[in-house]
Amino acid sequence: MAKNELDTRFSEFGTVSFASVTRVNDFIGYLRDGKLAGTRCAKCAKTFFPPRAQCCECFSEDMRWFEVSGEGGLVSYSTLQYAPTGFTDEVPYTIALVDYGDYKVFGRIDGSVPMEDLSVGMKLKAAPSKTPNGQLTYVFQRA
Amino acid sequence: MRKVGIVGVGQSAFVRTYPGSIRELVFESYREAMQDAGIVGKDIDATVVCSAPEYDKQRSPAGVIAEYLGLNPQPTFYAETLCSSSSTGLRLAYSLVASGLHDVVMVMGFQIMSQLTSVESQERMGRGADIQWESPFGTMMPAYYAMHAKAHMAKFGTTPEDLALIRVKAATYGQLNPLAVYRKPVALEQIMDPTSFLGAPVATPLRGGDCCANADGSSCLIVASEEKARAFSKKPVWIKGVGAASAPVNMAGRDKLYGLAAAEEAARQAYKMAGITAANINVAEVHDCFTIAEMMAYENLGFAKPGEGKDLIRSKETYKEGRIPVNVDGGLLSKGHPIGATGGSQVRTIVLQLRGEAGDIQVKDPVFGLVHNIGGVGLYGNVTVFGVE
Repeated sequence: MAKNELDTRFSEFGTVSFASVTRVNDFIGYLRDGKLAGTRCAKCAKTFFPPRAQCCECFSEDMRWFEVSGEGGLVSYSTLQYAPTGFTDEVPYTIALVDYGDYKVFGRIDGSVPMEDLSVGMKLKAAPSKTPNGQLTYVFQRA
Repeated sequence: MRKVGIVGVGQSAFVRTYPGSIRELVFESYREAMQDAGIVGKDIDATVVCSAPEYDKQRSPAGVIAEYLGLNPQPTFYAETLCSSSSTGLRLAYSLVASGLHDVVMVMGFQIMSQLTSVESQERMGRGADIQWESPFGTMMPAYYAMHAKAHMAKFGTTPEDLALIRVKAATYGQLNPLAVYRKPVALEQIMDPTSFLGAPVATPLRGGDCCANADGSSCLIVASEEKARAFSKKPVWIKGVGAASAPVNMAGRDKLYGLAAAEEAARQAYKMAGITAANINVAEVHDCFTIAEMMAYENLGFAKPGEGKDLIRSKETYKEGRIPVNVDGGLLSKGHPIGATGGSQVRTIVLQLRGEAGDIQVKDPVFGLVHNIGGVGLYGNVTVFGVE
């Protein structure tokens, strides 16, 4: 990357991205490689998802990437029949929160999982994916 | 700290589309509050102006509003915590007066939302959440609260009917409120019918009838030191306890979704400062932007144990004649929710109740009243306790 050129990879995240420049842009690099990643503080071991560049516990900036893997439990979810500007072509879709124990992950449930099959507590796994308009994202699938 | 009272309250009609500018809209509640207090502009020492940004084009609205209301050269500034902006304004006014820096402070809350379409408005509101990590998934306020509703249902067995009962109660009182947007009765069957407007799914399990409407409106509070309050008003209402707290903006940072931690913490602080418990509250205004929000408020404020909020509404204990009347002015579900004006409107209702001036919705001889006003999806929690002597 040329000097003075900003790393704007985050603009590739989600149907509509509202951010572009962030110090955790390697998140996008991992997504491109088919991995969902968070960060862990190398000094105090605090785990962050979403990933952070700085640790609010010990003030360290020495963060290591880890891959979100295995399965988590569905904390809650909602299927939208109505959507904000930029997303109206995608309804219905389901947003969800999944608990991995040390951290939780917010995202969408894969459209292939029927709505009637969803229940709080069910096991799901996160998988990198693409949005209908070709942007990078991740979805929760049946574990 | 000095004792602080409220000596004037005002509210514009809350409407779908206000046919004027923000300065004309704020004038309406300002005039009512000033006439209520029996004072004029020179009696005001400072103003706090509250709204959520980006709904109208004016940046830094405090200056424009102070000028229009004839309140120069007194200091003015802007306070913002999304939907609880005017409760935050009240907290600041309380501090300014309690500290002795000022004697009389005016809190103005306002919002004009009708310059945006509904989907644009959902996008603005959604950006009150985490724009980097959540908004790219297409989030909006009803969907976040719907996740709380689903979690509450899964943990406690709360049903969609229980939530609908809250809207039925709101409509019962909304009909009596001439300043409310929605003044029609609502039957349980309408919300339970997916083919009706009120029953149409918005974000499961929430339906149209579970959601409040956007609105334009303003509210105004005149806050005064004890000495000034006694001089201005025959019936000052005192601020007995102020509580405020915050919670992680990203859902991933929350320990639970079946309640709002910031509301619980704010309530704990407010009760402690007032030296009372939930059992002492005689009338409450809670932030019912969605029916589930009122259900969680019952539990987070201690009116019911966790999971037992549904029993309160099933037994009508939150109706006017019940053990703890809640939102007997129709709530946001009836009044509409002009974001920055909402908290001040809630406070106005409680002040009128404690003065015995609430008319058709008057609760019998209340001593303590409470306002619960939430910004964002439980991001900012504000609980204020008011009392008569």
